[in-house]
Amino acid sequence: MKRPYEKPVINKLKVNFMNKFGTGTFSLSKKVRKEIEGVPVEKLVEEFGSPLFVFSEKRLRQKFREVKNAFTLRYPNVEFSWSYKTNYLDAICAILHSEGETAEVVSEFEYEKARRLGVPGNKIIYNGPYKPISSLKTAVEEGARINIDHFEEISDLEEVAKELGVKVKVGIRLNMDTGIKPQWSRFGFNLESGQALDAVKRIAAGGVLELCGLHCHIGTFILDPSAYEKEVKKLVDFAYKVEDEFGFKIEYLDIGGGFPSKNRLRGVYLPPDVAVPSIDEFAEKICGALLSSLRPGDYPKLILESGRAIVDEAGFLITTVHASKRMPDGRRAYILDAGVNVLFTAFWYHFNIEIDREVVGPSEPCILYGPLCMNIDVVDDDVNLPPLPRGTKLIISPVGAYNVTQWMQFIRYRPGVVLIGENGSVELIREAEDLSDIVRREKLPERLKVKWEE
Amino acid sequence: MGAIERLAISKNGFVFDPATGNSYTVNSTGLFILNLLREGKSEDEIVDALVENFEVSQEEARRDLLDFLEQLRVNGLLEASNV
Repeated sequence: MKRPYEKPVINKLKVNFMNKFGTGTFSLSKKVRKEIEGVPVEKLVEEFGSPLFVFSEKRLRQKFREVKNAFTLRYPNVEFSWSYKTNYLDAICAILHSEGETAEVVSEFEYEKARRLGVPGNKIIYNGPYKPISSLKTAVEEGARINIDHFEEISDLEEVAKELGVKVKVGIRLNMDTGIKPQWSRFGFNLESGQALDAVKRIAAGGVLELCGLHCHIGTFILDPSAYEKEVKKLVDFAYKVEDEFGFKIEYLDIGGGFPSKNRLRGVYLPPDVAVPSIDEFAEKICGALLSSLRPGDYPKLILESGRAIVDEAGFLITTVHASKRMPDGRRAYILDAGVNVLFTAFWYHFNIEIDREVVGPSEPCILYGPLCMNIDVVDDDVNLPPLPRGTKLIISPVGAYNVTQWMQFIRYRPGVVLIGENGSVELIREAEDLSDIVRREKLPERLKVKWEE
Repeated sequence: MGAIERLAISKNGFVFDPATGNSYTVNSTGLFILNLLREGKSEDEIVDALVENFEVSQEEARRDLLDFLEQLRVNGLLEASNV
């Protein structure tokens, strides 16, 4: 009678190195996930291959409604605008538009993608430091909200307004000190230096633009809700200064996004459930600051451009263990079929890593390498895993934000993306790429045609 | 093989190296291999013994034995054989 097999392991006992978080050889980090929203991981890979991005429609809608409730219960006039750059897959955007989100775009490409999807111009917010003048003209004609980033853009918009013979309503983007380091000062006009007020003066002097909104985005993955409280108070003070001194009516305050997801930033030791404040804590600070600083009866529209906080946790990546290695320092390493080419956010986070089956054997610190023949391709350099047989699937999450937009076609083809519907249906929402996607735009001069001598 | 012979190995996988004072734990498969190494068995013989006694393929057993020998080398319990 044969005994059940467990991969042979020897571990040195290090009594001196126990740490207060209790991780290491003895941690219970064997997290098993055999299915995503009820669909077996094995079945997903069988049908669509590996690696594979998997999105959950249920999680996406739930998360949005959670954010929506947190704000609409506390303030009477709120608009949610989907941050396209975090994830502009048609299916993902369509789900969020069906929930009532408008589109927040930062390039003419994103603008065109939103329009193609059927979003009317007046449901688009056009942000960003580089807006070609032709795209500004389209945006003005179609009634998009435009938040101005710099003085040249004021001139560009004046030109468009004169050409079209219309008065254009605009917003300006501000940057300010809210205690967040590093301070994001490269976008918009600085408040403390008086630059923002100069921009208002410039707009008033031109006479063809009408300032109706203020926009600000204080940073990214903000873990301190009180930073937003400072932002809102400064915005409201500035709005009233503009209204009182220039006669413009500020109709909206767009406070941007930057809310964190339940991901673990590199360098943060606490688990995200402890380190990341709930969306209610952010909403409480923001709406509290609004209600306490606005004049009685004045409820300008509050616009939120939340992206990551809504989509990150709805996305998973299934990847397969292709090989294992023992490094010269004794650590175990695995080579996966997905790396930083498709997981840009691996540079920022330690993901939650789950395995698709029970694996016997003690966990040990491992390195996860991607498939690229490049030194930078490290998915995680310190994760505790039991000895994994070749072919084991890892389920990496949360990966819904910034990956399927920043992924690179570098060395490997980009993988497919599927959506698990609320009823459990599985639909392909982006096909895996092949050679035709890459060579479609290449032109080889006739004289360079490759011919081999026999 | 040097260090392997001097190790004190308990039946439940606790390993003590009297020369360095280091202690180790091995799982049952590791203990099985360690005991065969002390008997001076060759790699081929150990692979055969693993296949005979455990639910494992020849290929996986060979791959894992190589990895276990590397772990022993890293811990200074086995001389590097072909550096």
